[in-house]
Amino acid sequence: MSNRFTPRVAVPLTVVSALIGGAVLTGCGQQRDPDVYTVLNSSTDESYHRWDAQTLARCSERLGVTIEQQSVPASQVMTKALRMASSKSLPDVLQLDASEMPTFAEAGGLIPLKDLGLSTKDIPGGIVDFGSYEGTYYGAARTVNTLALFYNKDTLDKAGLEVPTTWDEMRETAKKLTHGRQYGIALSAGGAEDGVFQFTPFMWSNGGDETKLDSPEVVGALDYWKSLLADGSLSKSTVNWTQADVNDQFMAGNAAMMINGPWQVETLNSRKGLNWGIAEIPVPEAGDDSVGPLGGGVLTVPNTGDEKREKKAAEIIGCMSGEQEQITYALNSWMVPANEKAAAVWRTKVPELDALADQVATARSRTAKLGARWSSVSLALQSAFQSALTGESSEAALNRAQKRATSGN
Amino acid sequence: MSTTTASAGAGPAPAAKKAPKPPNPARIRRRRRLAQWGFIAPAVIFMALFFGYPLVRNIVMSFQDYSPSTFFTGESPFNGTDNWSKVFNDELFGKALWHTILFTIGSLIGQFGIGLALAVFFNRRFPLNGVLRSLILLPWLVPMVVSGVVWRRILDQDTGVLNSFLGTIGLGGDTPWLTSTSMALTSVILVNIWIGIPFNMVILYGGLQEVPKELYEAASLDGASAWRTFRSITLPMLRPVITVVLVLGFMSTVKILDLILALTDGGPADSTQTLGTLTYQNSFVQLDFGAGAVVGNILILISAVFAVFYLRANRNEGK
Repeated sequence: MSNRFTPRVAVPLTVVSALIGGAVLTGCGQQRDPDVYTVLNSSTDESYHRWDAQTLARCSERLGVTIEQQSVPASQVMTKALRMASSKSLPDVLQLDASEMPTFAEAGGLIPLKDLGLSTKDIPGGIVDFGSYEGTYYGAARTVNTLALFYNKDTLDKAGLEVPTTWDEMRETAKKLTHGRQYGIALSAGGAEDGVFQFTPFMWSNGGDETKLDSPEVVGALDYWKSLLADGSLSKSTVNWTQADVNDQFMAGNAAMMINGPWQVETLNSRKGLNWGIAEIPVPEAGDDSVGPLGGGVLTVPNTGDEKREKKAAEIIGCMSGEQEQITYALNSWMVPANEKAAAVWRTKVPELDALADQVATARSRTAKLGARWSSVSLALQSAFQSALTGESSEAALNRAQKRATSGN
Repeated sequence: MSTTTASAGAGPAPAAKKAPKPPNPARIRRRRRLAQWGFIAPAVIFMALFFGYPLVRNIVMSFQDYSPSTFFTGESPFNGTDNWSKVFNDELFGKALWHTILFTIGSLIGQFGIGLALAVFFNRRFPLNGVLRSLILLPWLVPMVVSGVVWRRILDQDTGVLNSFLGTIGLGGDTPWLTSTSMALTSVILVNIWIGIPFNMVILYGGLQEVPKELYEAASLDGASAWRTFRSITLPMLRPVITVVLVLGFMSTVKILDLILALTDGGPADSTQTLGTLTYQNSFVQLDFGAGAVVGNILILISAVFAVFYLRANRNEGK
């Protein structure tokens, strides 16, 4: 052993490690660049990222600022934004999924858009509600989406069947289309928000409501799902499928019809020779309204405490959700423009998606009634329909779900 | 390195000046201690910053009302044992705990048993030994989430490869691997065993290589049977390695999250919820960070108990 390790070595080592530690801690607080504005969204798919980049480039030019896009996976937007809030580095514009917006608004994280000078003129009431929490308008939607019934035209034609419009018709049609490897219908009853999203049109069209999960209407809706499963028209794997899986099954010819949303259209069209059509989701009785869930993102201004920047952020949102930008984005993404005038123009350009536009007109926001409480009700509901689809009675499963949802767990 | 290079290089003047001084033993000892601490300090600071702080933070958080608004206001009032009683009163917690126990024990037995058998098998010389051994490593190279997604397709009840294979060889072919509440947990365990086999095999194979060949020669001279040799030589010689494998396996299994999220999302009907997925659900779906911290702490506690066993076992080996 020698005494070569002197304080001359030891001290710098300690200092270096202390410096690294310090740098890690202080690295969290960032300085904002005065001319650069940031938009945080979930456009991680190449096509969506590109469309948004093009929109932002046009808006940058119009507003004379630089706008940068940051994209994180949809499931991480909320937690990422919360972390950014605690380190005071929130983006100027935050695109949240509409079902998550109330939680962020309730936490005091959003600025009301009207305070920043954005008007709701020409936006249908339902879509204003969609972007509102407790009566205050926080989120501007560019486009909205909902669920619809997709069907394989060739398969239906070959069997000489009409597109179903009521539950009974859908059940009959699905039964007739089920043979060999092909199921009559596919939907997602997975244990996540996908499954709940798909259950809502059945629950709502039947007069049920998320505030009372054990009502006969909700039980009826779940029983309807169970009957499709009992007929064999619906694969048992449905409890394990996401909406993307459902689309794969449909594209592979394993399902003649499916419940899905317009965000699948790009993928559907990539399959040559697949001749698909789209219709409103069937209703319990002829003449009932088909009530689907409104989905999609809303553009919000997070509370950063810098009023000047917040005003500018509202201008950016105004530009992004302007009529022309809405039409462009809707045509790219196959979703429906939020603005009435834009939607009218859009309908003339893609008449084949009329059913979707009709479905949007009656569609409902998931969080309008429950606000930030939606996530716990959603968890209780997904557990319930999975129990029911794997054997339990709908009534027992939903009774338990209602108790769980109201116990605050 | 020698002292000459130190003084010949950029050696600063003070060192040269000090050289003639008679060495002072107390001073040297003090210096050496300081130097030792200097080398330990980065590790200690690193540990405190990246392990100690989050750990303490998590414990404190489990006694706080930590909600999304906390991120804005910075206020997280203490609420006593509210979070704890909430978690313990949630029927899902009991289920998740039970599933975690089954999952961990099942996975460990499967991974270790098959891993050991393969290690013993490959410990003999035969053609293609190396190639086969590297092939078996493949599951280990695949990221957990990828395995999860691929297995979810394989195990699909209608369109999965496994069922259609079983159907072809006349073994039913309609097994609801991931879609039945009674079957899903077993399937998830089987996939995790598949993932864990390479790790067990590699470590145990390494351990087997360390066992002196003479012992086996002596045993065969004594006419010991294969089973007797395995029990009296292989197993005892492998003991330290077995402890490492089991403890590390336990720790990575008990906190399982990604695999289950990819395979079943905790479903169907919560039949594959474990403590790991429950923490995730509490913290990142419900954004109830207090409740999430409670479950996280329980997981840490369970791991800590086993870490103590591990340390004790290691200390005994050292003696």
